[in-house]
Amino acid sequence: MSRLLNKTANKTAGSAVEPHGWTKGVLQANGWLVYAFFYAPILLLVIFSFSDSRNVGVWGGFTLDWYEGFVDSQQTQAALWNSVKIATVSTGISVVLGTMSALALERFKFRGKQVFDALLYLPIIIPDVTMAVMMLLFFAEFFDVLNAVFGTELRKGFSSIALSHIAFSISFVSVVVRARLAGMSSHLEEAALDLYATRWQAFRFVTFPQILPGILGGALLAMTISLDDVVITQFVTGPGWTTLPVYVFGLIRRGVTPLINAVSVVMLMASMTLVALSLLVERVRNVGTNQRRGF
Amino acid sequence: MTAAVEITGITKRFGDVVAVDNIDLTIADGEFFALLGPSGCGKTTTLRMIAGLEFPTQGSLKIFGDEVGTLPPNKRPVNTVFQNYALFPHLNALDNVAFGLKMQGVDKSTARKRALETIDLVQLTGMDARKPSELSGGQQQRVALARALVNQPKVLLLDEPLGALDLKLRQEMQGELKNLQQNLGVSFVFVTHDQEEALTMSDRMAVMNDGKLLQVGSPEEIYEHPANRFVADFIGQTNLLEGRVLDSETVCLANGAHVTGTSDLPMGTEVAVSLRPERAHLGPRDETHSRQAAVDGVVESVTYLGNARVYHVRFDWMVIEVREENRPGATLHEPGTPVSVSWDPSAVSVVAD
Ligand SMILES: Nc1ncnc2c1ncn2[C@@H]1O[C@H](COP(=O)(O)OP(=O)(O)O)[C@@H](O)[C@H]1O
Ligand SMILES: [Mg+2]
Repeated sequence: MSRLLNKTANKTAGSAVEPHGWTKGVLQANGWLVYAFFYAPILLLVIFSFSDSRNVGVWGGFTLDWYEGFVDSQQTQAALWNSVKIATVSTGISVVLGTMSALALERFKFRGKQVFDALLYLPIIIPDVTMAVMMLLFFAEFFDVLNAVFGTELRKGFSSIALSHIAFSISFVSVVVRARLAGMSSHLEEAALDLYATRWQAFRFVTFPQILPGILGGALLAMTISLDDVVITQFVTGPGWTTLPVYVFGLIRRGVTPLINAVSVVMLMASMTLVALSLLVERVRNVGTNQRRGF
Repeated sequence: MTAAVEITGITKRFGDVVAVDNIDLTIADGEFFALLGPSGCGKTTTLRMIAGLEFPTQGSLKIFGDEVGTLPPNKRPVNTVFQNYALFPHLNALDNVAFGLKMQGVDKSTARKRALETIDLVQLTGMDARKPSELSGGQQQRVALARALVNQPKVLLLDEPLGALDLKLRQEMQGELKNLQQNLGVSFVFVTHDQEEALTMSDRMAVMNDGKLLQVGSPEEIYEHPANRFVADFIGQTNLLEGRVLDSETVCLANGAHVTGTSDLPMGTEVAVSLRPERAHLGPRDETHSRQAAVDGVVESVTYLGNARVYHVRFDWMVIEVREENRPGATLHEPGTPVSVSWDPSAVSVVAD
């Protein structure tokens, strides 16, 4: 994706294979159309979040009331913090587990590797609703059993949401880290071992710095997905653990107000910051490995 | 004196593939040893077993008398220059070179000092802050060399280190590597598929094919007395004249001619007389030979090389190459000329499969 952006950003010099004449015109027009399609709704959303009218789609002059409402509302604040806590914990855990499974799949041979490999992608392929129902069933049974056997008082809430998010985030992290590992020659690790490193040191000083951009990219992806998720979260959430997207979804049922626009803009900003960060990570990496220092 | 590396009955299998097939090999301390063979013959696998990156399926491997069979690579007093250098892309030249010292717990300032000295040794002075991606192929090769040498290994393993360099640079590096090895007095095990490189650089060499060790000896021994048909053909240029052993001194060629050829093979064994192009002599048919072996043929074509001419001479049953140095007054044989190819019997060797 970043490569695509780079291409459009710095136009490369014309060559024989590049489109020209009317072909070029049509392609360019197509480009603008796609962008308009992407960004017009976002622009409208942002504009109407400042509109001083209860009716979405009617411009009633500029106001920041909706943002004030967002900041003042206990419920939105609580939902926001729930989202942040869940995203942080689920990202942290899924990054560690996802990276470990990527390492296992790329660097080691073990029994049942192919099955493990195929199953790891399942959460990416399964529809959200199916996953949600599975999770709901699982936690209902699982918590009942635990409560019965160990006398615990587990209820749906933070742990069930976090565990569900971890369950699908691992796949995403693992895919991203694996792509990075696949591009890294295993000779580097062998060279480290040959130079008296232990296996741990080889990982710490050679493998880890090499795959770090992949790990960070995977983490940002996991975090974005966790912050965005409505379907699965809605199924496994419990009292007091409404996340921001679930809260917004609930608001819409009671009628759309510009408050939703304001909340959406805040979420949009958060997502865009994460994407910008991931692009930055990519940039830093490229500067680190491909270019001369002191440019 | 204990051998630097002593390999006894080593076999390495990858599933059904026998990469290295029951080889015995002794490499002396301080020698430049070349491991030569065509691609896929098991050279890299052999080297990796010495390094500890691959464990033998069978057999014993000793480094300076210590059995190292399944010792991990970080516990062996050897270092490797990898085929594609395998430099750490995120570290600059200095940190690449200092890596081994750092892992061994050498203190920072000493490690830095020794790394810089080694960078000087491989003539990369001033390049220490560069990342591998900012270095040319030849310079990367030198960093890889320094990164291994700084640890003062007892044996240095090099896997086709010059394979990726262009001809001019390769020849330059050949000389430098040889000098370095002589000055340091460390054993080098040098893997190559280039027979000329092996001949010019090594003190002793081993020829491998298909996982098997065919012959070990000095370049001269191997060139002069190839152990079998494969070695004769692989090392340098040669003509293989098919025939059968008549007795310990005579071979009967395919056309029925009897030529002198010494072997201790039983009578009737199918063999080939290996006649190097530069050792055959071309003369008119009526010439009286002081040499004892001669076969009649017709010049088919001539290739002009500048310093020599290569004649393709047709015999009844095959075509051979004869190389004549381009000395002043050398006779020129036009294509179609009937000639007699003669040679000194001591200049050929008799080889079986
Ligand atoms: N890790 C491996 N797995 C399976 N086969 C291998 C492996 N490494 C080498 N081989 C096989 O072993 C044989 C020898 O390989 P190698 O030692 O790399 O040859 P060389 O270095 O002489 O070209 C080849 O047939 C190769 O395909
Ligand atoms: Mg090889």
